[in-house]
Amino acid sequence: MPQPLNYLKETASQTAGPYVHIGLIPAMAGFDIFEKNFCNVLVTPNTQGERITLEGRVIDGSGTPLRDVLLEIWQANAAGRYNHPADRSTGALDEEFRGWGRAGSDFESGLVTFETIKPGAIIDKTGRKGAPHINVWIVARGINIGLNTRLYFSDEAAANAADPVLNLIEQPVRRSTLIAKRSERAGKIVYSFTIHLQGPEETVFFDV
Amino acid sequence: MHAQAPALRDPRLNRPEPFTPPLGDGDFFQRDRSMHPPAHAPGYKSSVLRSPRQALLSLENSVSEITGPVFGHNDLGPFDNDLIRNYAKDGDPVGERIIVHGRVLNETGRGVPNTLVEFWQANAGGRYRHKKDTYLAPIDPNFGGCGRALTDDTGYYYFRTVKPGPYPWRNYVNSWRPAHIHFSVFGSGFAQRLITQMYFEGDPLIPVCPILTTIPDKDALERLVAPLDLNASTPFDSLAYRFDIVLRGQRSTYFENRTAGN
Repeated sequence: MPQPLNYLKETASQTAGPYVHIGLIPAMAGFDIFEKNFCNVLVTPNTQGERITLEGRVIDGSGTPLRDVLLEIWQANAAGRYNHPADRSTGALDEEFRGWGRAGSDFESGLVTFETIKPGAIIDKTGRKGAPHINVWIVARGINIGLNTRLYFSDEAAANAADPVLNLIEQPVRRSTLIAKRSERAGKIVYSFTIHLQGPEETVFFDV
Repeated sequence: MHAQAPALRDPRLNRPEPFTPPLGDGDFFQRDRSMHPPAHAPGYKSSVLRSPRQALLSLENSVSEITGPVFGHNDLGPFDNDLIRNYAKDGDPVGERIIVHGRVLNETGRGVPNTLVEFWQANAGGRYRHKKDTYLAPIDPNFGGCGRALTDDTGYYYFRTVKPGPYPWRNYVNSWRPAHIHFSVFGSGFAQRLITQMYFEGDPLIPVCPILTTIPDKDALERLVAPLDLNASTPFDSLAYRFDIVLRGQRSTYFENRTAGN
């Protein structure tokens, strides 16, 4: 027998279950407990950048929207900089933007919304430029391990065409599953997305 | 030498012993999916329509994955880690008083400091304070069932609560969840994000739980079972259970030559 390496093993994931709201968004479970709560609004009045609403649904293999799903998003600020010490790019930090939020889907419609800003393009550690995107993590009853995907922006066609991650997707038709569509509604910019867990339009999920 | 060949890297940087490189700046170790339940686990029926069927696309970590939200004590309230007090209206909640404590580590064995740990659970009768839970066991007016804590410099966390009860659920007609506490952990980068459940030593429902047994690796399953920790109990007050959580290990880029733009 060779010497043991003695790494620890990652703790196994388990489903977030149907009552994930209690722990992560107690107001949605129907009660008020913490003084300070995390939510789906990432911006303050002083955050830099273009205000956008992200709006979408997660669809199961029967075509039905999940009504008990929880999404978290993680994104760079308007200058393309993540609010974290491991981002050593030169874009300016924005003290008014953590870059993270969470939202539960509506119990009736399954709609998930975030109020945030459009992130800037990313400079990766290799010096490559990445198209603006938002990182998404999905948990719910029936999802045994959180699903990672990304949302890109429909009005960034040139940047998307050059993005190293989008170009890793072998079938060009599947790249479109990650593009949120821009529209304007009552003077607000809305990006709409649909995440398909299964089926011919299955969203690209990443093993990050 | 090929002009584009990357420089030889000190392998100790990938395997951070005997060094102790700083946390929070490199790629994460590739996730060992054999430690996790598969997405499609038919014995847990809800997973059938909610599991992707295409292969996951493997992504080398970029800045988007090695970074993640940073939380501080300003995000929390002073009683957030005391579920016996944080929703009490006119007395303590009913149930066995317990302390749950442990460390958040990564696969190299280092503690993960200042990371947010959130937890939620049913009350002692197995009922959740949730508008969608209709189980006949009563709501406890003094129990909310959720809390959160930041780990300290060594990755240590603790909280106080009452032991949750088992409850029935619709999978098979006679499926019961073992007593469990849900945990959500962040780590230092978004690729470490993890939700799991902690179970209690000696619970006879553990081997027959359709959710717990989605985990194919017996050792990985048993690592979700917290042992009774008498040494950490408070005499005449609370028993204690120990639950360590391991997140993915992280490489260091500390001495790596950086290319332009970094």
